[in-house]
Amino acid sequence: MLRLLAAAPDGLGVADLGNALGLAKPTVHGILRTLQQVGFVEQDHTGAHYHLSDIFGRLGESYLDPNELRSRAINWADSLASRSGEVVRVGRLVDGKVEVVHHVFRPDDSDQDLDVGTTLPPHATALGKAVLAFDTSGAARPRRLEAYTTRTITDPARLAEELATVRARGWASELEEHTVELASIAAPIRGLGGLVVGAVGLAGRLERICDSKLRHRPDLISMVRSTAEAIARDLREDT
Amino acid sequence: MAEQYVAAVDQGTNSTRCILFDRRGRLVSVAQREHRQLFPRPGWVEHDAAEIWRNVTRVVPTAVRQIGAEPSQIVAIGIANQRETSLLWDRFTGWPIGNAVVWQDTRTSRLVSELAGTEGPDRFADLCGLPLTTYFSAPRLKWMLDHTPGLRERAERGEVYFGTMESWLIWNFTGGANGGLHVTDVTNASRTMLMNIETLEWDDKLLEAFDVPRAVLPDIRPSSGVFATATDVLPGVRIGAALGDQQAALFGQTCFSPGEAKCTYGTGSFLLLHTGHEIVRSKHGMLTTVAYQIGDEPASYALEGSMAVTGSLVQWFRDGLGLIHTAAEIETLARTVEDNGGAYIVPAFSGLFAPHWRSEARGVIAGLTGYITKGHLARAVLEATGFQTLEVVDAMNADSGIALTALKVDGGMTANNLLMQFLADLLDVRVVRPMVTETVSLGAAYAAGLAVGYWPDLEGLRSNWHRAGQWLPHMDPDRRATEYANWKAAVQRTFNWIRPEQVAE
Repeated sequence: MLRLLAAAPDGLGVADLGNALGLAKPTVHGILRTLQQVGFVEQDHTGAHYHLSDIFGRLGESYLDPNELRSRAINWADSLASRSGEVVRVGRLVDGKVEVVHHVFRPDDSDQDLDVGTTLPPHATALGKAVLAFDTSGAARPRRLEAYTTRTITDPARLAEELATVRARGWASELEEHTVELASIAAPIRGLGGLVVGAVGLAGRLERICDSKLRHRPDLISMVRSTAEAIARDLREDT
Repeated sequence: MAEQYVAAVDQGTNSTRCILFDRRGRLVSVAQREHRQLFPRPGWVEHDAAEIWRNVTRVVPTAVRQIGAEPSQIVAIGIANQRETSLLWDRFTGWPIGNAVVWQDTRTSRLVSELAGTEGPDRFADLCGLPLTTYFSAPRLKWMLDHTPGLRERAERGEVYFGTMESWLIWNFTGGANGGLHVTDVTNASRTMLMNIETLEWDDKLLEAFDVPRAVLPDIRPSSGVFATATDVLPGVRIGAALGDQQAALFGQTCFSPGEAKCTYGTGSFLLLHTGHEIVRSKHGMLTTVAYQIGDEPASYALEGSMAVTGSLVQWFRDGLGLIHTAAEIETLARTVEDNGGAYIVPAFSGLFAPHWRSEARGVIAGLTGYITKGHLARAVLEATGFQTLEVVDAMNADSGIALTALKVDGGMTANNLLMQFLADLLDVRVVRPMVTETVSLGAAYAAGLAVGYWPDLEGLRSNWHRAGQWLPHMDPDRRATEYANWKAAVQRTFNWIRPEQVAE
C-alpha cells in the first residue's frame, strides 16, 4: 500500500487501493487508519484521497521534536509540580543519556536554576529508567554503569531486571541512586502508535517522596502516571 | 463542607472559556468553545454576540459538571474579555443590533484620520490617555451610529445600549431584557476613548467629539466588587469582577505594586507596567490605561506597550514559508546556528505598533547575505519578539522613570527557551515564568474572589504565585548594544513604505 501511495503524487482513494491490491474496502480502511495514526499517511482536505506524508524522508530522525514535546507538556508539568510540591522534569533519550527537555521549579520560590539541555545518567534516575525500559536501539544501553552512590545499580543483569519491572508496572522509581537523600518517580510518555518519546517525573527529598518504609508514595505515583497519560493524549490528539 | 471554587469566564477573540480555580489558585476545570470569525469585507472583523452568549451558557455549566461540582459550590464569577470589541443592542428585546465589531477591524481608518484632522492623533490623549487609532471603541461606536439608518435617533431616545463584551455578558447574566444590569468596569471603559482617565467618568468633551449620546453608555464600576447576583446560567452566584484581558493577566501575575510588569506572549504581545495611583503620560508611544480598581479604593494605572506581531510571525514562518511543521520546531531550527548571522526581521505586517505607531511601515528582512540560512532566519524571527520587547521596555523606563528589574512572562511563547533566554540577555533583567500560565482567567478569578471574601487580600493572592522557571541575563554588554543598534537600523528601513497615493479606500 505504501508503494502504491508513493507512486501516486495526487493520492489514491480507498477504492483505487482496494482494486489494486485485491482487498475489501473495510480492510483497506483499517490499514489506512493505522497508517494515518502513526503519521505515515495523510488525507487531503476533501477526505477522499490519501497520500504519503513527508515523514519518510525523516524516518531516521527523532520523530518528535524536543521543543514540541516541551510545548505539549508544559501545562501538565506545571500542574504536577503545583500539586506534588516537587521539581518536575521531562526528559528523552539522546546518545545514551537522558536530555532534560523541560524543567519546572519546586513551587517554594527558593533559588533554582533551569537545567533544560543538561543530561542525566539513565541508569541512575527514574526519568532515565522510564525511557531506557522501552528503548530498542541497544546503543542507548550504557556498557559501563557508573556508580554515583552506593545504591546505584551497576550490574547490567540487575538493571535489566529493574527495566523489566518498569515495563510491567508502567512506571519507574529511584531511591538515593544518583544523589544521597533524594528519590524520584517517572512514567513514560507514549506518542503516536504507542512509541515512547520521553518521560515525565518528579524528584525530591527522600522523606517527601517515600513513606516511612521507604516505599514510593502511591499518591505521587498516580499523579505522575496521570500526567504522562495527559501529555500522551495531547500528543495523539493533535499531531 | 464541599470545596468551593471561583469561576472565571474569559471571553476572548477566538473562543470563550470557563476555568474553575480553587482556594490555592490552582486550575481545576476547563471548558472552551470557539465562535465564528466573520469577515464581511476586507479589513472588517465581526462576531455574533448572540453566539458568544450562547457559548457562555454552555461552557460555564460544562466546567462545573466536569468535576462533579454543584452550582452552589461556585462562590463568584469573574469576567475577563477581549478588549475594545464593540456592540449595540436593543434594551427592550435584548437582541444585538448587527454584529459586534472586533478590535482588529480597520473600517474606521478614514474616520480616524478625519477626526485627527490638523491636531493629530494625540488630540484626545490628555483626556483619555490614548491616541486616535482604529484599535479603540469610540470611532467604532460612531461608525455604527452613523451607518445604521435610524439608530442614532433610537440611541438618543434611550432604546439602545452600547457595551464591550463584559457589559453584554453581565447584562445577560442578570436577566437581559428582564431587568438586566447595564454596566462596565474601569479597565474596559479606559479602552473606549470616552472615559476621562482622571475622573474615571464619561467625559462630555469626548462624547461630543465622537457624537455619542450619553444614554447608550453603561455605568462605570470598579473592576473588583460585587456587580450583581446572576439570575441566569449560575442563578444566585455573585458577579465579583470584570476586567479587560490584558489587565486581568497583570492581576493574575499579582503585579500589585508600582514598577511590577508582565508581558503576555501570544499572537501579539502586551507588556503592562503598574504605575501605582499615578497617571503617567507617555511621551514614547505607550498607552495610559487603568490597571484595576478594587471596590472604592483609588484606581491603579498602567502603561501598556502593544506589539501587534510576535507569535503570528512564527505562524507566518510555519504556514507562509513552510520552513517548519509546528511552531515549537522553530527553536530546534534556530539552534542549528550560533547567532542570527547578521539578519534581522522587522514584522511590520500592518504597520508598527508600540512604540512607533507607524501605519505606513511594512516589514523587512535586513542584512541578507549569501551566508544566511533558514536557521539564521529562524533566529531572526524569535529575536524580533525580543527586540520589540526591548523597545517597549526602553520606552516604559523613559516614561515612568522606574527601571524594570524583572519581567514576569506568560502566554504560549514562554515554552520557547531560546526566546526566554534571549529576552533575559537583551533586557538585562531576570525573566520569570509563573506556575499558572492561564493568567488572564486567574486574574479574573482573583478579582472576583477578592470581592466576595474568598481570598482575604492582595497579600494572600501573592502567596499563591510561584515561580516555575527563570532565565538570567548572560549577554556581553557590547554585543547587546551592537545587536540593538542593528535592530534599530532595520526598523528605520520599514518606514514610509506605503506612500499616500497607495492608500486604498
